[in-house]
Amino acid sequence: MGIRVLPADCWIDPARPVDTALVTHGHADHARGGHGTTIATPQTLAIMQLRYQTDAGAVPVAYGETIDLPGGVTATYQPAGHVLGSAQILLEHAGERVVVTGDYKRRSDPTCPAFEPIACDVFITEATFGLPIFHHPPIGDEIAKLLAAREANPDRCVLIGAYALGKAQRVIAELRLAGYGEPIYLHGALERMCRLYEELGVGLGDLRPIAGLPKAALQGQIALCPPSALSDRWSRRLPDPITAMASGWMRVRQRARQRNVELPLIISDHADWSELTRTIAEVDPAETWITHGREDALLRWCELNQRKARALALVGYEDEDD
Amino acid sequence: MDRFAALIDALVFTPSRNAKLALLATYLRDTPDPDRGWALAALTDGLNFPAIKASTIRALLMERVDPVLFQISRDYVGDTAETASLLWPDPLGERGPPPTVSEVVAELSAANRNTGPRVLAGLLDRLDSSGRYALLKLATGAMRIGISARLAKTAFAQAFDVSVDDVEEYWHGQAPPYLPLFAWAAHGAEPPRADDLPLFRPFMLAHPLEDLELDLADYAAEWKWDGIRVQLVHVAGETRIYSRSGDDITATFPELAPALAIPAALDGELLVRGSHQGGNEGGAASFNALQQRLGRKTVSKAMLADYPAFVRLYDVLVLEGEDHRPRPWNERRGVLEALVPRLDPQCFDLSATIEAKDFAELAGIRERARDDAIEGVMLKRRDSPYVTGRKTGLWYKWKRDPLLIDCVLMYAQRGSGKRSSFYSDFTFGCWNGDPDAGAEILPVGKAYFGFTDEELKWLDRHIRQHTVNRFGPVRETDKSLVFEVAFDSVHHSKRHKSGVAMRFPRINRIRADKPAHEADRLDTLKALIRD
Repeated sequence: MGIRVLPADCWIDPARPVDTALVTHGHADHARGGHGTTIATPQTLAIMQLRYQTDAGAVPVAYGETIDLPGGVTATYQPAGHVLGSAQILLEHAGERVVVTGDYKRRSDPTCPAFEPIACDVFITEATFGLPIFHHPPIGDEIAKLLAAREANPDRCVLIGAYALGKAQRVIAELRLAGYGEPIYLHGALERMCRLYEELGVGLGDLRPIAGLPKAALQGQIALCPPSALSDRWSRRLPDPITAMASGWMRVRQRARQRNVELPLIISDHADWSELTRTIAEVDPAETWITHGREDALLRWCELNQRKARALALVGYEDEDD
Repeated sequence: MDRFAALIDALVFTPSRNAKLALLATYLRDTPDPDRGWALAALTDGLNFPAIKASTIRALLMERVDPVLFQISRDYVGDTAETASLLWPDPLGERGPPPTVSEVVAELSAANRNTGPRVLAGLLDRLDSSGRYALLKLATGAMRIGISARLAKTAFAQAFDVSVDDVEEYWHGQAPPYLPLFAWAAHGAEPPRADDLPLFRPFMLAHPLEDLELDLADYAAEWKWDGIRVQLVHVAGETRIYSRSGDDITATFPELAPALAIPAALDGELLVRGSHQGGNEGGAASFNALQQRLGRKTVSKAMLADYPAFVRLYDVLVLEGEDHRPRPWNERRGVLEALVPRLDPQCFDLSATIEAKDFAELAGIRERARDDAIEGVMLKRRDSPYVTGRKTGLWYKWKRDPLLIDCVLMYAQRGSGKRSSFYSDFTFGCWNGDPDAGAEILPVGKAYFGFTDEELKWLDRHIRQHTVNRFGPVRETDKSLVFEVAFDSVHHSKRHKSGVAMRFPRINRIRADKPAHEADRLDTLKALIRD
């Protein structure tokens, strides 16, 4: 249930309410509600406020800013490149430096600032896509696949299953970068988060709700919904949708087939295998601790590369839909 | 190879049959010879490269990737070819141009056990991950992407606007890359002919009788035996046995092929000797017994002795060079009756006709089919030529009425195709004792049809509201809903916890009015077993 910072008596991304929580980013499995004090970037706090309807105990920390915690510990927040507001947390205590990456990626993302490697003694890294089979292709290729499917099926609608926070907005922003100017249609569960992104300065262009539209209005259009709605009855209101899913898991055919995905889009907000290993090499810590994901393969890689490493078994993080 | 790889990927991700057909048809139309023929062979299990095995792929990978990382990845992906396609390292320097399908086939065919790994590695280096996946699937002959031979032939017919019956007929005897077949379909050349080959000819099929009454002056009656429909063809010293779908199953029944030495194409029911169907006189074991023999590549002596197969003949298509298909049934019947005494009685007998003075008497005889464990009655128009497919008014099947039992809905799973997103695959069970004395419900069968679209919506809602557990895609219900299930027969089964297996179960009625504890008990179902 999260990482405990003993000398400061606080937690990073705790799964249960605690007195003091340091939160890396706004995904629900990392940012639970009900803490006494929540220390996070202003964007992450805004996301949590949207979700939990309260800003009690919120303490904002800007990127690059350092705050003092009890016990002589300081915490510095730096961009993690995962979603809007996502941060790595550098903890310093008695001359030792520990970096907790939270979830991160190294690819460019128009919706959030890029990850920056931070020199440290202990590097605590995620491992969601910690298998050598995971390679996320350039996002431009995936967006091109999406636009080609739309072009080839003027009577159908392309329905993309995407995480409500981060993935949906990144796909929209990348579509805009690729020059797609048409309205993009949203499932109700995505509307509020997209609006918040826009309020926080991430332009997403012309977005419209799906609710209440006749089938014909969506022919030849692109629509987004949460992954859970893809195979639900809800999708029957769309004109013969091409079910697409934007996720790093789409790299594996069976994963895509199990979800009845017709158009797999390998788009992930996590580091793939080469990003994970390159980042460890670049940061070059004395020790690497590996959290949530496929720890065993990354541990093996560290062993093969003479790097000291251990796995931290953290429970409660969900990565299935990313 | 790029186009072939794109086709494979598209087929993998396309759930609908029609969309698969369209993808295949487009590929076959737009791809030049001989690539399209090789691709077609790859999709229909028509290629074999002895030099390449799954172990070849594993060994190649172990030289390039840490074995532990390979194993962890393989366990996660669940498929060696796909794992290899994802893990294969990019070659140093520029990647060479991708090979064509024909190049791939030529290089793999020329390889032997020693050169195989090097040849395969050279090809893998020239492809991206999709291409590598397609290559590895093609090389090991394990496509498993849901394309049956029938679907491929239908797509071929659709691509060139020719009849699928013609495709079926000309296809057999053709070897990849099927150049004469494409020349005929795509360019209007003479159809390929191979009279000296044991070719499959498409079957004539029957309609269900429904509520018709027929005049027995016009129709002859035969028993409907519960085996598998086969066609035996003997030409130039070679015999082949084809299943309903036109698959060659000669190797599965090695005792039958040598028994036919007369040039002929014969239609009949493949059965196993026994006394289950129609007693000693009927002479055939249950379908369950036949199932022991199906799908085997090698057949042990014990199998041959315990489950001896034979064919009950009911029609003759070709005999000693003469095509009898255009002739009326009663003339063909005469030819058949004259032929059977010339055949080995161990392996062949004649499907007897049923003598009845009128339809009412035949109906009475059919009633007794249940006790005799026979599936029902066939009615064949006496003047019918042997025509392909299901033509109205010529042949009818008149199955005995189904058995009925009340079962409790236990689990539901989402369907596919037009039923995707609806819970439409149902597992149901019966009580293993007195429900008021702590009995349990044990699953006895599965069904996914028999209800209307309206009922399906109702069932879907019921399941969502009565879910007590989820196991992946399966929902367990609170076991409160009763189905009246119709089925053709029930048999002993070691594979199921309940010890029984039903044949053709379907939902006959939804008994929302009936409380679950009044559903039937397992003993009631077991009493219907005629094994």
